[in-house]
Amino acid sequence: MIGFYTFMEGVIAFFLVAGGMFAFIGALGMTRLKDFYMRLHGPTKTSTLGVGCVLIASASYFSLVDGGFSVQEMLITIFLFITAPVSAHLLAKSALHQKLPHDPRTKGHPEELDEEEENPEPHERAEITPPP
Amino acid sequence: MIRPRRWLPMPMLSIMLLVVWLLLQQSIGLGQWLLGGILALLMPLAVAPFYEHPPLLKHPLLMARYIIRVLGDIILANLQVSWIILYPRKHTNPAFIEYPLQLKENFSITVLASTITLTPGTVSAHLRMDGKSLLIHALDVDDIDKEIHDIHERYERPLMEIFEC
Repeated sequence: MIGFYTFMEGVIAFFLVAGGMFAFIGALGMTRLKDFYMRLHGPTKTSTLGVGCVLIASASYFSLVDGGFSVQEMLITIFLFITAPVSAHLLAKSALHQKLPHDPRTKGHPEELDEEEENPEPHERAEITPPP
Repeated sequence: MIRPRRWLPMPMLSIMLLVVWLLLQQSIGLGQWLLGGILALLMPLAVAPFYEHPPLLKHPLLMARYIIRVLGDIILANLQVSWIILYPRKHTNPAFIEYPLQLKENFSITVLASTITLTPGTVSAHLRMDGKSLLIHALDVDDIDKEIHDIHERYERPLMEIFEC
């Protein structure tokens, strides 16, 4: 018969390992995926669940050790879920603004990535003869 | 639902602030209630000029159901993205999707954009200046029209019920 504490130890260890795995996979995505927009998916998603797992482990550990219910981890989760999408959105927005290249297989062509007609390319601008 | 008043411009924000304060203090003594209550009354008054339309939560129960659904989707999203990262196929199909928005208020659009970023394989990239369409980057998508339909049915319609109808 496994004691309650041994069982909980196993559960906490499971969440810690799972959290570490997800955070690692999120980081791995940085090297594996092809272009900036795809790389954005790794940190926004896998890291939220990674941190989430670690926080669940932390909440259950301190609930067991200190007695009572540890709630501060819930606050971290809420703040993380509010801020992570905003930073991802801003990163994507600045990438669009910089017109970063995307994978040629990407479907759809947003007008934000179109080359602007009125701004000639730098090498074309150089050909304009200077005024005498 | 509590109506906004002059001295209480955003009731939901005040309640949120009080709850967060009590959670941070990890105590529900009378002193913390008083201090938290005063902060929850003063802070919305200070930030009210920056809000255009204070959101009115009309169906709290629907909101709870929405949050549970999104949490489930977040776990699913993580597994999917992890799988794509670990076993990259030759033919992942990334795509830019132009999503026509039907929501009108800024706050609900913000919630929708955040949800899209947190859920399966999609990141909201750009809100057009006219406020009518959202540019989404999807990691692996086969049928763009189906994806738009899914997002509409799964997230936008509940949000319309919660905030606008």
